[in-house]
Amino acid sequence: MNLEFSPEEIAFREEVRTFIAENYPKELRGKQDEGGDLTKEDFLSWHKVLAKKGWVAPAWPVEYGGTGWTATQRYIWSEETARADCIRLMPFGLTMVGPVIYTFGTPEQKARFLPRILSGEDWWCQGYSEPGSGSDLASLRTKAVRDGDHYVVNGQKTWTTMAQHADWGFFLVRTDPDAKQQQGISFLLVDMKTPGIEVRPIITLGGEHEVNEVWLEDVRVPVENRVYEENKGWTCAKFLLAHERTGIAGVAASKRGVERIKSIAMSELDGDRPLLANPFFRRKVAELEMDLTALEYTELRTLAGEAAGKGPGPESSLLKIKGSEIQQRITELTLEAAGHYGAPYFRGFGEGDNEHPIGPEYANRAAPIYFNTRKTTIYGGSNEIQRNIIAKMVLGL
Amino acid sequence: MDFTYTETQDMLRDTLARFLADTYDFETRKKMIDSAEGRDPGIWRALANDLGILSAPFSEAQGGLGGGALENMIMMEELGKVIAIEPYLQTVVIGGGALKAAGGALADAVIPEIIAGNAIIAFAYAEPQGRYDLANLRTTAKKDGAGYVLNGHKGVVYAAPWATHLLVTARTGGNQRDRDGVELFLVDAKSAGITRRDYPTVDGSRASEIYFENVALPAEALLPGGIDLVEKVVDEAAVAVCGEACGVTRKLHEGTLDYSKQRQQFGQPIGRFQVLQHRMADMFLEVEQIMSMTLMATLKLDLPAAERKAMVSLAKAKVSRSAKFVGQNAIQTHGGIGITQELAIGHYFKRATMIESQFGSADWHLDRYEQLTLPGAA
Repeated sequence: MNLEFSPEEIAFREEVRTFIAENYPKELRGKQDEGGDLTKEDFLSWHKVLAKKGWVAPAWPVEYGGTGWTATQRYIWSEETARADCIRLMPFGLTMVGPVIYTFGTPEQKARFLPRILSGEDWWCQGYSEPGSGSDLASLRTKAVRDGDHYVVNGQKTWTTMAQHADWGFFLVRTDPDAKQQQGISFLLVDMKTPGIEVRPIITLGGEHEVNEVWLEDVRVPVENRVYEENKGWTCAKFLLAHERTGIAGVAASKRGVERIKSIAMSELDGDRPLLANPFFRRKVAELEMDLTALEYTELRTLAGEAAGKGPGPESSLLKIKGSEIQQRITELTLEAAGHYGAPYFRGFGEGDNEHPIGPEYANRAAPIYFNTRKTTIYGGSNEIQRNIIAKMVLGL
Repeated sequence: MDFTYTETQDMLRDTLARFLADTYDFETRKKMIDSAEGRDPGIWRALANDLGILSAPFSEAQGGLGGGALENMIMMEELGKVIAIEPYLQTVVIGGGALKAAGGALADAVIPEIIAGNAIIAFAYAEPQGRYDLANLRTTAKKDGAGYVLNGHKGVVYAAPWATHLLVTARTGGNQRDRDGVELFLVDAKSAGITRRDYPTVDGSRASEIYFENVALPAEALLPGGIDLVEKVVDEAAVAVCGEACGVTRKLHEGTLDYSKQRQQFGQPIGRFQVLQHRMADMFLEVEQIMSMTLMATLKLDLPAAERKAMVSLAKAKVSRSAKFVGQNAIQTHGGIGITQELAIGHYFKRATMIESQFGSADWHLDRYEQLTLPGAA
């Protein structure tokens, strides 16, 4: 047992650092830390740099365009990109539908979709949740009826992140209304420009437009765009949910968040000392680091298990629960540090951003980010559902 | 021991509650917030003239109904239930409270204007470097002949864009963090030398950064009482905000309870799941304790300063923590829909979040309590 990086791994870390320093787009520097709105172009500009280097999908098998990195190298990669505050790329193509396609797709589907995910040509969104099907995802009602070479899809999806930019979406639809819940579902790839699709914005508490409702009315989807067998879509969904959970711990990004709190609390005054010298605030930062370290080493043990051939199991629910709670505490503490300047709100709809910050810059978005981050314990299978999974699958209760 | 309200107090609550039920539904509130002014001035006029209840906490001699802190609490609780954006806290509780305590000709002149709905007062006390320390002031009021000259920058002054008067803390002497030399001034908001930068707040109100540049104040602008008066006024404000939290968190809990009965997942209402039942039971416990602490502190506002501060701090610290618990769990229980602008619940959560730190965070108040009461510190 050994916690140290090998000389090769240290050399790799240097290579990564140098690459980021030389290639991360200048106009994006600091943008994510400040909590500014990231545009589609922002995401794509970093995506394209990575695609050119061949590093955009570190976890994919080499034959489909992955890097062939070990789990430790991937860990180093995520650490270093977070340390440099690199934009976190949208997961829908790269870590969600991509792995589904190379695992379950036909050779034609792989050839058609994977290169365009890697290049960033296609922006993907996820059509899972429905108004009546949140935690109980398998109760979904959007239906697809076979009509010759097509499915005709009708229904409504919700919480569809960044669907306003999407070229393609992967949708769970019911193809057998008579089967038991999980058994009548299929996994479809849908061109978002198909007639009958309407994307309507949902504005969240901080004023953001991240999520959408997607309405589908007589949307014709070629049968060749179904991944895996008809009525076996739940297999793809389960595979994808487990994948989604391993990334969700967000350790590297949370480390960055804690460092940021420390620097904020060093500049924020509390009487004649920095806020970080306030014993109450200080203790909360220490507790955060304690819990984040516990999460980090739990994730490393999971990664080591994966490297030894164990797939991400139900234990990954632990990473999701603790990771999401820590993300929330970081935003909570940032808002606390902002003091009075947590109250000003900058972003009325349609008014655009104010030109100058009010109060210190970090305070600008502290409250909206705190409000918005309540989502982390809700999405990707709520933390209640994750606890159910642990109780059932791990503890056998 | 008696925790019952008088008949007059019950009437006050009913009158306000009925009025707000008719005028302050969620959609109407949203329209007010989205309007250019950020409020509907007709509401304030109606509270003053049609209902005549802005007079509630003033003495009969001042033209009021003879009430006090309890009346303020009742008002704040009802306003909290609809997350009202009316400047009652700033104008009546804080402005009115300061004038009542200071007395004199200025009080006699301005209190009737408050009661009539003509005066709106904003409280300019916070400064960018000061956090919750009321004496940490860079704003100065230098003696100049009979009057004063005001210079400085006040941050996040709620209701300032609507105000006719600004209640300003400023230093007539001493160093930046000295208690001595802190004074309270009532300033005409239109005085020459005042500039404002207005903006909306995350909880639906409007506020301003205010810059004073050589603002000439008459001698009468000073409300005598120094830092002791400022602390008394802010303690009353903190307790009033606790009162608001009673209304806000009650609604958060009720809304969550209702939702858990309607929302179906896994073939049953989610309120049938024990884990959520226990959570909503815990929320209920916190809401009840918010109520208890608010009443306790309201009834202790007239105690000598040291005791008053200690008990107000316990109350505000508890209310801050409980409001966070209730707000966060209301959102979690709602799931995604709780994070949208569409539903009222998220807006109650936003206000509850701002209440947590208004007039001192839980940490700040626990610290003040420890320093005042616990032996053994250095």
